[in-house]
Amino acid sequence: MFWKIEIREKEGIFDAVGEGIRKDILDLGIKKVKSVSFVQVYNIYGELNHNDIQKITDELLVDPIVQEAHIVSNKDSIRSAKNIHVIEVAYNPGVMDPVEDSVLKGISDLGIKGVSAVKTAKKYIIRGNLSAKEINLVQEKLLYNKLIQHIVTEDNKGSLPIGKIDYHFNLVTVDLLGASDRKLQQISKDGQLFLSLIEMRQIKKYFQSLGRNPTDCELETIAQTWSEHCAHKTFRGKIRYEEKLIGNKRVRRLKIDNLLKTTIMKVTQELNKPWCVSVFRDNAGVISFDEKNNICFKVETHNHPSALEPFGGANTGIGGVIRDPLGTGLGAKPIFNTDVFCFGPPDYSFSKLPPGTLHPKRIAKGVVAGVRDYGNKMGIPTVNGAVLFDEGFVCNPLVYCGTAGVLPRDKAFKKASKGELIVLVGGKTGRDGIHGATFSSGELTHESETISSGAVQIGNPIQEKKMVDAILQARDAGLYTCITDCGAGGLSSAVGEMAQALGCRVDLEKVPLKYSGLSYTEIWISESQERMVLSVPKENWLRLEEIFKNENVEATVIGEFTNTKRLQLYYQGNLVCDLDMTFLHEGLPKPEKKARFIQPRFPEPKIPPKKDFTKILEKLLSDYSICSKEWVIRQYDHEVQGGSVLKPLVGVFNDGPSDAAIVRPFLDSEKAVIVSCGINFRYGLIDPYWMAASCIDEALRQIIAVGGSLDQVALLDNFCWGNPDKPDRLGTLVRAALGCYDTAKGFGTPFISGKDSLNNEYSTKGVSKPIPGTLLISAIAVMDDIKHAISMYTKNVDDLIYIVGNTYEELAGSYYYKLLGAVGNSVPRVRVESAKKTFVALSKAVRAGLISAMHDCSEGGLAVACAEMAFAGNKGMTIFLKEVPFVSDGGNSINKKKKSLTKRISNDTILFSESNSRFIVEVPRRHKEAFERMLEGISFGCIGCVCQKKDFVVFGLDGKPCIRADIGLLRDAWKRPLAW
Amino acid sequence: MRKPRVCVLRTAGTNCDYETAFAFKRAQAEVELVHINTLLKAERNLLQYHILALPGGFTYGDDIAAGKVFANELRCRLRQSLTEFVLNGRLIIGICNGFQILVKSGLLPGNTQWTQEASLIINDSGLFRDEWVYLRHQPQSSECVWTRNIPTTIYLPIAHGEGKFVVKNKEVLERIKANRQIVFRYVNNPNGSVEDIAGICDKTGRILGLMPHPERHIDVYQHPHWHKTASNNDGHGLLIFRNGVEYAKRHLV
Repeated sequence: MFWKIEIREKEGIFDAVGEGIRKDILDLGIKKVKSVSFVQVYNIYGELNHNDIQKITDELLVDPIVQEAHIVSNKDSIRSAKNIHVIEVAYNPGVMDPVEDSVLKGISDLGIKGVSAVKTAKKYIIRGNLSAKEINLVQEKLLYNKLIQHIVTEDNKGSLPIGKIDYHFNLVTVDLLGASDRKLQQISKDGQLFLSLIEMRQIKKYFQSLGRNPTDCELETIAQTWSEHCAHKTFRGKIRYEEKLIGNKRVRRLKIDNLLKTTIMKVTQELNKPWCVSVFRDNAGVISFDEKNNICFKVETHNHPSALEPFGGANTGIGGVIRDPLGTGLGAKPIFNTDVFCFGPPDYSFSKLPPGTLHPKRIAKGVVAGVRDYGNKMGIPTVNGAVLFDEGFVCNPLVYCGTAGVLPRDKAFKKASKGELIVLVGGKTGRDGIHGATFSSGELTHESETISSGAVQIGNPIQEKKMVDAILQARDAGLYTCITDCGAGGLSSAVGEMAQALGCRVDLEKVPLKYSGLSYTEIWISESQERMVLSVPKENWLRLEEIFKNENVEATVIGEFTNTKRLQLYYQGNLVCDLDMTFLHEGLPKPEKKARFIQPRFPEPKIPPKKDFTKILEKLLSDYSICSKEWVIRQYDHEVQGGSVLKPLVGVFNDGPSDAAIVRPFLDSEKAVIVSCGINFRYGLIDPYWMAASCIDEALRQIIAVGGSLDQVALLDNFCWGNPDKPDRLGTLVRAALGCYDTAKGFGTPFISGKDSLNNEYSTKGVSKPIPGTLLISAIAVMDDIKHAISMYTKNVDDLIYIVGNTYEELAGSYYYKLLGAVGNSVPRVRVESAKKTFVALSKAVRAGLISAMHDCSEGGLAVACAEMAFAGNKGMTIFLKEVPFVSDGGNSINKKKKSLTKRISNDTILFSESNSRFIVEVPRRHKEAFERMLEGISFGCIGCVCQKKDFVVFGLDGKPCIRADIGLLRDAWKRPLAW
Repeated sequence: MRKPRVCVLRTAGTNCDYETAFAFKRAQAEVELVHINTLLKAERNLLQYHILALPGGFTYGDDIAAGKVFANELRCRLRQSLTEFVLNGRLIIGICNGFQILVKSGLLPGNTQWTQEASLIINDSGLFRDEWVYLRHQPQSSECVWTRNIPTTIYLPIAHGEGKFVVKNKEVLERIKANRQIVFRYVNNPNGSVEDIAGICDKTGRILGLMPHPERHIDVYQHPHWHKTASNNDGHGLLIFRNGVEYAKRHLV
């Protein structure tokens, strides 16, 4: 029996969902829409009588105050008519819908039995004279994503949820032994294994030595383990690198064996900081925090899934990274999230969109909604991030998600032992996410949306929240010895990793399934979300089970760790996989890759002489990448857990851009964590080395700007790049990694963790376009006393304004040049020695209580930084450019020969140059001397003051005003673009 | 003197339990985090506690509607002990999701008939919103035991997507006004609530529900402008918890 219940707002009640959709339709350029009403649909299956359904409807499903319910037969359901378009969207079979479980729970609480399934759907009633083509556009662009949903039609309505599909065991083997090279490649391609020919040959050789063919499960396991995603073949492989810089005749050649070890990890090793507890070995990097606790931090990417299904991709991205700290040591409690996104321009023309790509605005809205949903529901504050827009990300948006956690000092390490139980906890396993690890190791094409649809899924944050609650109790009771998350590769990676040194036996039929019909291989490689694997000594099992039961979380013994050094999988007693751990983890061939970096040369812009830069400043403030992200930030709960000491938005009206976030993990302590990020792909267009240096400098100076110090700062690197098999892509990657080493080493800040996401390319018609190679540097610092926190907005009229650090003629890659349609060549550099001096001196000045506000000088340069401080403080400011310490030649090699080309000391250079290591600082007049004494040996200038009158005025080098604007106007320019 | 005992009730999706417990501890109460299953299995009796706190979060994902599934669970499966608890004069506070649960179970605006007379629905903007808001509190206009002697304007953060307070009809609104049950109004209405209502109590003043988060303003460092105006160490939110604990100490312990 099947009942359909439709719920909608009563007459006269404002329909916020419908209204939101109406606005989105107008955004599509369809002006004929009059109104949109939203109807929530519940389909309930089972042996129920009418009274039961009435009770379920009245007491559970409808809000009697504002909604009305209709129990409808198919006949009286609302239908389309003239100027009324009814569209019903339902999930595809097999897609997880968390609401179903909640409805089932509610019905059971009502004491009603006999319900077999619940399916939900959403119905939109669009009124207005829209053409069929327009309705189609609305459906495709706004209402559904065919990867996970479908439009309910006469033909498919009331289709039952997946019923019992029988699976009959049948061992599948793949004929490798008899396969030619061509056949090997075919097998890799058809199976979506993304294994190269060399790798396939290696696998063939291994099985030849065994004298048998692999099972499908064995081949899949190897593909998962060897995928770029899991094995980081590029970073850990061999590279032959050559580099040619402008103005440098010599070609520099390097042979690199393991880029990661020779750059990123080398910093950590050489600095050898005693507070680095566990680095590059666990799911997150761990540093010490206080007497009792460590802090761990991990940043991941979820680019490919977010490109195809933005909500689900970002949703499971954040869900996945939360499980990293949870799977570090014996499990950390998550304390905050960070999110950094790169999207195409939100006003990008629909007609220019390549086939199969979603519009950047839809991606942006979906990604933000996905993060909001998961982060907020988990009760983890999202405190820091960045959002950048550029045409380079139209086909490949970047979605970086980070999570930090607190980990008791005595729980920092883990080790499974022979004889312990392999326990799978959390959600059930379905067909979702199959081939995610291998999928992300390939390029996107216009076919990706159909071929790889299995890789897309939506998360269930409440499932994860329950699991965290249970795991932390079991951790504190000391009931397990090892834990890791089921991420990409599913059980295959999780169990394979935990058992690497031991060996294991798993009985796959014991894994709890969402629905029947999964083969043993699907069970093994499924990437269903919200699952973790624990190693539990037998004597603890009953107590552990009890804890999980009380939290309504499933925990199942699926196998046992052995000492065979073999990965042995069984299905109903049949051996389906028997692999040597050594071959699995070390058998991967390491072919040498070629990398080449030839520094490009960009035309310099022609700059017409200008006297007034007010309009330019307004335009810069309105650039999508610089403007206010309040629309995004306010949708995230950034204060749950109560630990927020410095919020992402600060100022008199709480609307200014904070440089970094400060979070206190324990409310009875004054010790805190500072988190910041540096990202600027535009510099990478010119020279990835200086991009890397700039990103590190930016992340560090944000920490200094909020009152932190260099004493205990750890870095995370996230490389998002194009296909590393192409020498030019790999060349820029190597160049960036070299920049990471030199800069981080110079500042004395070790890397503790990182991740790479390669193959961010989109190919169509045989042409493949990479994203701009984009490095995200995240920094985390321990702050001993939150009283030293400093915010960026001006505090007192008459205070002095300083700039600390030299301004160089470094306009290349700047947003000013972007406005002029240019890139340029004089990219901002980092002079580590003097930068470090500046950072240390400012930290001291903060601790001496001399500073009332400080702001990081970055995108848009001095002008943007000062304007932001002024309008966030709701006070005026006067600035004199001639007081700014300026160096005309920043040592950019290109300037040596053609000085005349770029040498122009002018107002715009000082206003908009994005030189690194600079701060704008507000100092009360009474501290003038003390402050300047602290800056001995450092370039600084006292460039102006805070004023009563709410004008922002900048006097140029000639003493005449070159910018004059009301701060309200500037604030509006900054807040308007993304006020969606 | 014995400390009042507080039950911070949690279930799948509760997520402000840690800071709510912290707030009560700071207010000198004895606090226990209790999972609903523990009460359902009768391993704990609600009457062991003087105060019941329903913290913020997204219980059961806020599926169907915010707080609905948990409200239904309490109404169906914990009805008797909750009725007893209320009739015994014990205190209840529901914050954000807790307020939604109190309203949807019918415990607010207040009766133990368990019928819903008001609701908290999706914000007019259609979006979740986290921001600090000023709240007006008229001390003479409320019987609420949780808000005695607090300033007429207080500053607390909101963080919700479904916080628009609406009532079934005019009579309900008139009744809660006549009974002096409106405890807080927004100075700048962020979600479209009827008459700017941010928090209400039952007619005894012992059950309080509010959308803003008092547990997020316990000390000065949580205030958005603390580095400018830092003066004393107590946040506005702490006053609410102290009132509840003080009342329980005098009348219930």
